[in-house]
Amino acid sequence: MNPLERYAPLVDDREAFFDACERPLPSVVRVNTIRSAPDRARAALDEAGVGYEAVDWNPQLLRLDERGPGTSWPYFHGWLHGQEEVSALPAIALDPQPGEKVWDSCAAPGSKTTQLSAMMDDKGVVIGNDNNLGRLSALRHNAERLGVTNLVVTKQDGRNFSLKPFGFKEFDRAIVDAPCSCEGTIRKNPDTLDQWTLEHVHSVAAVQKGILSRAIQATKPGGTVVYSTCTFAPEENEAVVDHVLDTEDCEVVDFENPLESRPGVTEWEDDEYDPSVERTHRIYPHLNDTGGFYCAKLEVTA
Amino acid sequence: MSDPETGDGESSDGEELRDNVGQRFGRLPATPGDREVEGRASRAEVIDFFEERFGIEPAVFEGFSFWEKGKGKIWIFADEMPTPIRIEGLGMTVLRTRQEHWKPTHSAVQRFGHHATKNVVDLTPEQAATFARGEDQDFPEWDGDWGYLIASHELAGEPEPIGVGLYVYDELRSTVPKGNQEELPVR
Repeated sequence: MNPLERYAPLVDDREAFFDACERPLPSVVRVNTIRSAPDRARAALDEAGVGYEAVDWNPQLLRLDERGPGTSWPYFHGWLHGQEEVSALPAIALDPQPGEKVWDSCAAPGSKTTQLSAMMDDKGVVIGNDNNLGRLSALRHNAERLGVTNLVVTKQDGRNFSLKPFGFKEFDRAIVDAPCSCEGTIRKNPDTLDQWTLEHVHSVAAVQKGILSRAIQATKPGGTVVYSTCTFAPEENEAVVDHVLDTEDCEVVDFENPLESRPGVTEWEDDEYDPSVERTHRIYPHLNDTGGFYCAKLEVTA
Repeated sequence: MSDPETGDGESSDGEELRDNVGQRFGRLPATPGDREVEGRASRAEVIDFFEERFGIEPAVFEGFSFWEKGKGKIWIFADEMPTPIRIEGLGMTVLRTRQEHWKPTHSAVQRFGHHATKNVVDLTPEQAATFARGEDQDFPEWDGDWGYLIASHELAGEPEPIGVGLYVYDELRSTVPKGNQEELPVR
């Protein structure tokens, strides 16, 4: 059985949901503002005869008419970076400011990390962590290509991340774009569900809870933590947020979401979640012609 | 067991220089006189290099810190960190030292090259495409210094640095790293 069937009761338009999951994903690039203003990047694409359409909610995101920006001058110069449209959302929800100290707990391969650096005008500190050496090498390569100078790359287990090396004790903001069952990437990787098991969903949820807890503990009171996944499973989304609402000092807060979304669910199978998870966002592929996604914004209260 | 970079076990007269430790980042000393690690370049020398070779104003690097990891590989970081620090990456690579001719990195030239006022060569569309492919080319039109130059071309109405070229014997050699080389349209 298609594992996505289990979410059919959650979506309002079953047919549109399954149809969208079968379609390939549009090819989207983000303009790297560390290296180029969006206007100049668009002018360079025009010169090169590369067709695109700006995403209506963000002038830095361009949907290309054809696949792959890899062989164009603006890409060579690090002005562009391939990034799925919906994956630009968590950084926007986090809203990092120049000069701040920001933790990206699961950073590789770095699309969101380098987006954070660009939003901070490449000033302050982004600590980009991952626990996999191969993925870290991709993060390093991307950051270098995009000219990011405010990134510190670390290899630690996010669940017991130590700030000891850095000479400061807490972050202003943290982002947990957690390892997940990736159900929402079905349009990019059609075989992503071949290995799907409920056991994996539960085991990855335990890791997610550990990393998100650590992010809240490591962020200053009044600071912001954003939690996101590219999956639909409530076990990995609302249940993880519900867990930290119970165990850590934090609350769910609203953010301006430029994409169409559905509220987080408060009931799933035999479980009930804190009512405030309704203020988190589920994004289904058919709503904005993107991948599937989940995003929650939390404020640290103590 | 003494730690060669935290200073434990350092000789009391401070005259003995410690060895560079490859696996971690050490901040560059402000000047050669502040040097505590053998052979390590100083911040002042790095900034002088970019000013003397490429005319890049020292003010461009205000607020950045410089670090060494590995032998002679210099990194630039937008903020500060305690030194030494054992991590996987700290900002971006910027310069290769501990060799006769210091060499700026491809990424440094792409990131900071637009501040350069000398030793910049403007390439035609054909030359730029050759350079981006990583190929060497005849370049008799240059009558300036031998050594590392910034190769530039025009893109979207303004000059844009492409990468580091090595000019010797009327030839412009591309040093664009293999992983960055690209077959790009002539325009």
